[in-house]
Amino acid sequence: MSPPVLSVRDLSVIAKTDQGPQTLVDRVSFELNRGEILGLVGESGSGKSMTCRAIIGLLPSSRISISGGSVILRGKSDLTHLEESDMRKVRGGDIGMIFQNPSSHLDPVMSIGGQITESIRYHHQVNRAEARNRAIEILHQVGISDPAQRIDDYPHEFSGGMRQRAMIAVALACNPEILIADEPTTALDVTVQAQILRLLMDLREKRELSIILITHDLGVVAQVCDTVAVMYGGRICERGPKREIILDAHHPYTTGLIDCQPSGGSHRGLVKTIAGQPPSQGSMPTGCAFHPRCAHATKECAQTEPAAVDYQPNHMLACHHPIGEINEGGRA
Amino acid sequence: MNISRSVNARFGWRLKFNSGVVPLIIGISILGGWLLVAIFAPLLAPYDPIFQDAAVRLKPPSMAHPFGTDNFGRDVLSRVIWGARIDLQIATFGVVFAFVIGTTVGSIAGYYGGWVDMVLMRLIDVVLAFPFLVLMLTIIVILGPGLGSFYVAMALVGWVSYARLIRAQFLVLKNSDFAIAAVSLGYSHKRVMFRHLLPNAILGSIVFSMSDAVLVLLNGAAISYLGLGVQPPTAEWGTMIAEGQGFITIGWWITTFPGLAIVLLAMGFSMLADGLGEILGVRQ
Amino acid sequence: MNSSVPLLEVNDLVVHFAGSTMGLFNRSDQTVKALNSVSMTIRSGETLGLVGESGSGKSTFGRAILRLGELTSGSVLFDGVEVANGTSGDIAWLRRETAMVFQDPYGALNPRMTVGDAIAEVLTVHNKIPTAKLNERVQELLALVGMDTELASRRPADLSGGQCQRVGIARALAIEPRLIVADECVAALDVSIQGQIINLLIELREKMKLSMIFIAHDLAIVRRLCDRVAVMYLGRIVEEGPTDRVFNAPCHPYTQSLISAIPEIDPDKPLPEQLLGGEPPSPISLPNGCAFHPRCPIAQDKCRDSPVPALRGEDGHLSACIFSSESIFPQPT
Repeated sequence: MSPPVLSVRDLSVIAKTDQGPQTLVDRVSFELNRGEILGLVGESGSGKSMTCRAIIGLLPSSRISISGGSVILRGKSDLTHLEESDMRKVRGGDIGMIFQNPSSHLDPVMSIGGQITESIRYHHQVNRAEARNRAIEILHQVGISDPAQRIDDYPHEFSGGMRQRAMIAVALACNPEILIADEPTTALDVTVQAQILRLLMDLREKRELSIILITHDLGVVAQVCDTVAVMYGGRICERGPKREIILDAHHPYTTGLIDCQPSGGSHRGLVKTIAGQPPSQGSMPTGCAFHPRCAHATKECAQTEPAAVDYQPNHMLACHHPIGEINEGGRA
Repeated sequence: MNISRSVNARFGWRLKFNSGVVPLIIGISILGGWLLVAIFAPLLAPYDPIFQDAAVRLKPPSMAHPFGTDNFGRDVLSRVIWGARIDLQIATFGVVFAFVIGTTVGSIAGYYGGWVDMVLMRLIDVVLAFPFLVLMLTIIVILGPGLGSFYVAMALVGWVSYARLIRAQFLVLKNSDFAIAAVSLGYSHKRVMFRHLLPNAILGSIVFSMSDAVLVLLNGAAISYLGLGVQPPTAEWGTMIAEGQGFITIGWWITTFPGLAIVLLAMGFSMLADGLGEILGVRQ
Repeated sequence: MNSSVPLLEVNDLVVHFAGSTMGLFNRSDQTVKALNSVSMTIRSGETLGLVGESGSGKSTFGRAILRLGELTSGSVLFDGVEVANGTSGDIAWLRRETAMVFQDPYGALNPRMTVGDAIAEVLTVHNKIPTAKLNERVQELLALVGMDTELASRRPADLSGGQCQRVGIARALAIEPRLIVADECVAALDVSIQGQIINLLIELREKMKLSMIFIAHDLAIVRRLCDRVAVMYLGRIVEEGPTDRVFNAPCHPYTQSLISAIPEIDPDKPLPEQLLGGEPPSPISLPNGCAFHPRCPIAQDKCRDSPVPALRGEDGHLSACIFSSESIFPQPT
């Protein structure tokens, strides 16, 4: 098998605060293969967006920095050590990124076509006409009908779903191998969400695009992802193939998250819930970050952080008391 | 930091202790210093500020008269000290009335909108259409010279800035969820305006009032200088400068020290404004 | 209270706004047709779910019936009293009988007030309780919504989103309302917290016999919570009925597509093959005839040419489609 397109090893991000350094992302590791869709799932503050921002070197503040680990692109360059000028070539060239709110990530005073050709001409030596033709082709690929007419439209002339398509077009302008999609459908209506998810799957098929899909919605994960990594309190607590994670999860947080989806179970009446609140910055629990909310927590959980182990082949788990073993009386 | 904590507890203003702390402390120290000088003027002043001693006319600074004496033989230091009482009063009253009127008008205009807003805004346009100083002087001349007229003039002219500031805030805040929530809970307009919107809208005006105090102080000095404010022989810095200007070549100290006093007081207000703005998170 | 009179009866409610266009050069007057003749009845103790995509007018409806937004025409009878053009006395009475829970848990609370004060204010303004018992009642309300009573002295910014939403609910309950309008009240919360708030609402509804209008875009939540569902599209109700029947046998093609688009947590259920295309058109220029026809997979010429289809059906399950269709989208079981 060829090496993974992207290999993240023990990536950590810290923020300097008045109360001392705080860990936002804690030793996150995963691999992304060619044509794979990886779902990064978690609640707000779980570190899922921060992980992706660290990968492309766009941390939101100078007080936040990568404190360790590596991000290897195509088995070669380590992105965490790249100069900013080289990093710029990676962004857009190798890794594209799309966001939750297309309105605030598209330039309102530049036409859609202008934003795509700008990116093409920044990364490739092509003339205007050539860039424009490519832009029309990309708009067509992301499902914008009549792209030759609409290429000169401005973002406000597009509807919400069209804007998200346009942002995908901008991100894909230079044929990146990897697309990082940060909650791309959260702001969209459910019928439009399905269209955008379909588009991402089509792009994966046609371009062998590898996608990291950041989402809080396990339903979306179930529909489109191949692999899932569940994050809590800055760490990946469980990672594995989609089927295993959804049908045979072992981390209490993963099972809790699946059970508390309102669409699950009997459809009517009370929802199963996870008690308590997700940890906030500055009040990270000791030991396993999930232990204050975990029904299976023991003294051990409060004291020592569980190591991330390969619980099964391709199935990583960080838990002292994995579900499914408790009944059998202790760990194997 | 006790004051800030109690402010925080009372109003829920989230204070940020950042670069604003230093100017805030300096500003408070300067103003506090002037306040003490004003309160203890009788104790601090070595001489009676209006006592004329013909024997020591136009004497330069010396041990006996650290700031020198003026053309009537009055002690400049004593007059600067007593002047603090008048000038602090000018800065305070010149701002307070404008602040109260402007805040009330701005709240009503912003909250009710529609024709109420229209009428009040046109009124503001009318006030703004006149040059500031001309309008102020006209009012004082009509009412007759004196500090009372000055305060009336400052209130009639100065409220527009506060009204515009508060109105702009209200226009945004009245559509916020918490304002709609307050309406949905059946609260009276008065309560929604003054209990819910105003505390969230007023920070900018408080900061502005501190810089406004500087302007008022200088205006007060200017009208006294023109003979329309404080009347001689009362000690007031602006009046002192006006009286001393004829002697600028032979008695620089008569105008310089009250001038420095104005600058120092103005600096106090201005640093307080800066510091408050930073700490309360108000963009100026 | 007269038990034969429905708690809320809305007839032909219309809300049109004067829309301001954003263009620099084309300043044309355009009317946003947010609500176009909506009728609805809510009985005492009933929970109605109002679902639809953005721009469907569901939030406008919630605000209009509480008289928090303008209404253009139509009648709103609350407990038999006309409040659509009611006197200020009627409105004041309406405010004492109804309450609203908002989407943004932080935004709905005054940032400068402690949450305890915010709840106490409701009680004082409406003379719900003697001053001596004020604190006790505030604590009681906080406990009712599952909040640590120690948190009464905190301000919204010191609380989590879920806690703020509990406070928002406690404040709504302080008024002892007969109708609560909850506008997307869990949409801004994390999934694990969403469930807590949904359960709280279910429990409170049982305990206090509340009537509720639950506005949401998330159909799965509406299905859990509501007795009856109304589906809105472009300012009209296109389908309405008991929750189970609407979800198990949706009649309108739009409802069918909405339900089939709910992502289920089932790795063996891929994205449905047949997706609803397009997006809702602008409420400024509504399509002729049935507003859904440009996106509708079974639309025919008569959908565009005939007048807006009326809601029809039996046993309280109504749909506004001229075809009494079977499901054309694969429905989850």
